[in-house]
Amino acid sequence: MAYFIGKRLIQSVFVMLAVAFLAFSLFRFVGDPITQMTGVETSVADQERLREELGLNDPFALQFMRFTGDMLQGDFGFSYRTRQPVAEMISSRMPATLELGVVALLISLVVGIPAGVYTALRPRGAATQAILMVTLVGVSIPTFVIGIMLIFFFGVQLGWLPTFGRGGTVTIGGWETSFLTVDGWRALILPAITLGVYQLTLTMRLVRAEMMEVMRSDYIRFATARGVPMGRLYFRHALANTMVPVITIIGLQFGGVIAFSIVTESVFQWPGMGLLFLESIRFVDIPVMGVYLVVIAFFFVLVNLIVDLLYVAIDPRLRIKDVS
Amino acid sequence: MREFIKRYEGLWLFTRSPAVILAAIVALTILIGAAFAPWIAPLDPYDLASFSLMDGLLPPMWEEFGTSRFPLGTDDQGRDMISSILYGARLSLIIGISAMAIATVLGVGLGLAAGYFGGRFDAIVMRIADIQLALPAILTALLIDGIARGVLPTDMQQSLRVTVLTLAIALSLWVNFARTARASTFVQMNKEYVQAAVMQGQHPLRVMFVHILPNILGPLLVIMTVDLASAILLEATLSFLGIGLPADSPSLGTLIRIGMQFLFSGEWWILWVPTLFLVALVISINVLGDFLRDVFNPRLR
Amino acid sequence: MLRVQGLTVKFPSRFGDVTAVEDMAMQIAPGEIHGLVGESGAGKSTVGAAVIGLLQPPGYVAAGSLHLGETDLRTLDRTAAHRMRGKRISMIFQDPQTSLNPLMTIEDQLVETIQTHEDITTSDAQARAVDLLEEMGIRDAAARMQAYPHQFSGGMRQRVVIALALCTNPELIIADEPTTALDVAVQSQVLDLIRRLADVRKVGFMLITHDIGVIAQIADSVTVMRRGKLIENGPTAEVLGRPQHAYTKQLMGAVPPLDRRLDRFPVPEDETSPALGTAARTNKAEDWLLEGVRQNPIGLSLDGITVAFPGTRTSFWHKPAPFVALDDISFEVRPGAVLGVVGESGSGKSTLAKTLTGLLKPTAGTMTLAGADLPGGKARGRHHASRQLIQMVFQDPFSSLNSRHRIGAILSEPLWLYGLVKDAADRRALAKEMLDLVGMAPDAIDKYPHQFSGGQRQRIAVARALLARPKVLICDEPTSALDVSIQAELLNLLKDLQAAFGLTIIFISHNLAVVRQMADEVLVLRNGRVQELGAAEDVYERPSAAYTRELLSLTPVMPAEWAQHVP
Repeated sequence: MAYFIGKRLIQSVFVMLAVAFLAFSLFRFVGDPITQMTGVETSVADQERLREELGLNDPFALQFMRFTGDMLQGDFGFSYRTRQPVAEMISSRMPATLELGVVALLISLVVGIPAGVYTALRPRGAATQAILMVTLVGVSIPTFVIGIMLIFFFGVQLGWLPTFGRGGTVTIGGWETSFLTVDGWRALILPAITLGVYQLTLTMRLVRAEMMEVMRSDYIRFATARGVPMGRLYFRHALANTMVPVITIIGLQFGGVIAFSIVTESVFQWPGMGLLFLESIRFVDIPVMGVYLVVIAFFFVLVNLIVDLLYVAIDPRLRIKDVS
Repeated sequence: MREFIKRYEGLWLFTRSPAVILAAIVALTILIGAAFAPWIAPLDPYDLASFSLMDGLLPPMWEEFGTSRFPLGTDDQGRDMISSILYGARLSLIIGISAMAIATVLGVGLGLAAGYFGGRFDAIVMRIADIQLALPAILTALLIDGIARGVLPTDMQQSLRVTVLTLAIALSLWVNFARTARASTFVQMNKEYVQAAVMQGQHPLRVMFVHILPNILGPLLVIMTVDLASAILLEATLSFLGIGLPADSPSLGTLIRIGMQFLFSGEWWILWVPTLFLVALVISINVLGDFLRDVFNPRLR
Repeated sequence: MLRVQGLTVKFPSRFGDVTAVEDMAMQIAPGEIHGLVGESGAGKSTVGAAVIGLLQPPGYVAAGSLHLGETDLRTLDRTAAHRMRGKRISMIFQDPQTSLNPLMTIEDQLVETIQTHEDITTSDAQARAVDLLEEMGIRDAAARMQAYPHQFSGGMRQRVVIALALCTNPELIIADEPTTALDVAVQSQVLDLIRRLADVRKVGFMLITHDIGVIAQIADSVTVMRRGKLIENGPTAEVLGRPQHAYTKQLMGAVPPLDRRLDRFPVPEDETSPALGTAARTNKAEDWLLEGVRQNPIGLSLDGITVAFPGTRTSFWHKPAPFVALDDISFEVRPGAVLGVVGESGSGKSTLAKTLTGLLKPTAGTMTLAGADLPGGKARGRHHASRQLIQMVFQDPFSSLNSRHRIGAILSEPLWLYGLVKDAADRRALAKEMLDLVGMAPDAIDKYPHQFSGGQRQRIAVARALLARPKVLICDEPTSALDVSIQAELLNLLKDLQAAFGLTIIFISHNLAVVRQMADEVLVLRNGRVQELGAAEDVYERPSAAYTRELLSLTPVMPAEWAQHVP
């Protein structure tokens, strides 16, 4: 078990290093950092001095090590565009994106899992056919169109909910949250649904497919032949066994949620990391792009490590060694 | 007859599902319309001389002030919506199909080889796939696009727009193919017909492409359809975000972005007509993909 | 107790209803073990599923009556039927590896089942579970019950499965191939257990199996089925000892005896062609093969072959102990002889086949073919002569032929690959002749593998191997996926081919009786080590190794006098 977790940890570190390398290469090779940092009035000699000071003439490997070391200490460099520390810019935007992502993911799980179970257990029912039809439309409509439609109906036509921004927020310990005000929640609803719909359809289809697979297994047939009550059969036996592959995909999806929040944030002008990333692409603000990349990969790796721990908790085959 | 039906099971199921037939008709119509856009479209939306501001913001013909000259209305520049959409779909499909094709060749090649050779080569391909997975498709596409902006001179940026976009989308989708091809190849590697071929001393390329590939086409075909839909959506999303194609050569996504400006002002057709068109296209492709999945994996039916 | 009459089960399909079982009748008394025997497609499992009410949808009972005691099983509604399952009828499945929920402890699964059907406290249920497991022969049950299924071996798991089926004291247990996935030693223990439960607890068993040996060993009465229909039933000694129906006789004749070697199996003439090598027939493929093979058969030898796989790593600090699949194996096969290799699962038989064919690289040892060095693994080049000289017939006829290629392409491939026949039309002609030689119609050449039955595919696989003009043929469990009558036909074919072309054959099987029919010499393997090696006659009649004696004594056999009624 320790070996299993340890191996995953090493793989995660490897992925993070690779992404850091990507970010570093971006910074180093896409445009010249010195011309970006200095204005036109800086002399060539001054530029050279700055280059030397920043260590840009050092061997490549040394530069990468320094870059990684700085990142580990929380020094993410400065934005080309705003001249602010990137760490500050990202951390002030992070709560907005994380809150949006978590609520969207919750929507997708709370609706997606029961719907998946239902459609798997009643594969020929009319409700199942309807749900499957709706989810097919769900995966086919681009996220931004869903956002536009929600804005159009609930914002413009009905005027019930705000269509942009975070509404009221409260700052606690440097974390700006929407969860503590009614306005904040009202502003969160439409973006979270927009972001959650696509994930929801994925979750539902996955749970359905896995559940149908498990329902055909020998141990379910044997449990049926022993007369185990249907409720226990479905939830204690079948759903539990479905969860192993499902949490894997949910782990993978979390990365997708954070990334797709770029689109949602753009539609709803939600002041999160995604919007910042879009702006930085438009202005070729390489340091911000690089750091965003590293942050996304970090979340992804973190969530997948948690998923691995959940595996161990769910599946005794990973926890307890074979004695025979 | 019985033998025939068993052999062409998929064809038989096809004739029994009206939704799938409808989807095939819609997809085919859009495909043909897009392919022959220069000959079918009433006007050339790229040719500034063919439209005039005088015709701007005309509603579809069935609305008040609508005219039969522009059945689906015009945008603020006076461009015919039908023509814009046909040309837009053409661009979307060109990018989507080429991206999907590149991703298929790259992903299937790497996946097959990884599954066949295993060992270190497999480990390397899968680690690269791991990194790629940590950066979701849209992020990869945005990033490649961003790099192109930083690296390419401004004039080339415009002329290489479609190429960059296609590559960006292709590189964000290849992992799906690689993982599916690899997993399916692993399954086939344990089958005795592959062992027989290897044992007889057949060339690895022959074993991979003549023996294994035909047996894993089913799942790959499903991924190809699903990823074609993804590629089209991705292109639309990038264009919508203003990172994809510019307003003078609009794809469906660009048209929707332009239409967004009229969301609050009442010219609904500029937004909803291209939107509906895009959604119809993607839904039909996904319906076909689902159908293929059912044909190749009958247990999920 | 159980009375089945006129049972007809149908499966609706788009071509109309397919009748899986027709007009079936049987009775099982308390404490009776009733064997239900037949080949694949006979509908035996469908009968069991119909009785317990778990027919795979959309199958349904179209006619007939099913009574358990006074209860009419057909009139029960869904809830009542489900409440009766486990309570009065229970079931045991084939594969103990997949029959238990991997995420729940044995205790949880037992207690859950007991409490479902009886209103008793958890501690009482636990006590009952412990008693039951002890009764099944699981020692230290109170502690072991806390374990998860994966912590038990296959035989132990099947005991747990039986305990689960039994924990609510049902009147009837349907056992669907309960020992097919088990090795002979474990099989014999499980069969003993079933016999004891029937005698002591008076549980009725419906024992569904394809293995007549198993029936002969423990069943009180037997029903023979074929293609959904009842052929014959009655007390076991009567049905098997004095079979009335031609099919039963044929079935009995196809069962390979353990105590003697048959020259050929008696099979109906319509399926097989005249024996090879007789003047009665001329076949170009036969001439072609004779020209290449007959003159000089070659031998094969192994010296100190060891194959070890790296173990699964479970710790950073300890290097995993390698798993040794074959340990210091040495033997020699004389030119033109048949070497039989027997062993249970995990004995290394398949590893041996893979090593010989160059799919695996031995960690130590040397091999020779016709006296010349035979490199192993990747060291054996793609153009090495042995690639052609050694051919193989695999176990699973459903995966050994590429399902996307036509038979013609499959058969022509070796001719093309080894440059034996240059012209495509000639290759096709020769492939057709070869189909004829292995007893298939030549029009098979334009069909795909899925259009053939398992036995026919195995013939095609033999044809493919022969078209390489091999001198050594390795057969890895070639008949274990086939029904006995098909097995008999294929064994006849292999015997004929061996006699006609002087092939050197290595015949691998877990089934001692099958190996006896084929082998001149026998190698007994266990856990990768040689237990015994010698002339077949000696090994079977005067086994020197204790392990061989054990295997021979545990293999279920029919009483010798029953086998005399074979036509």
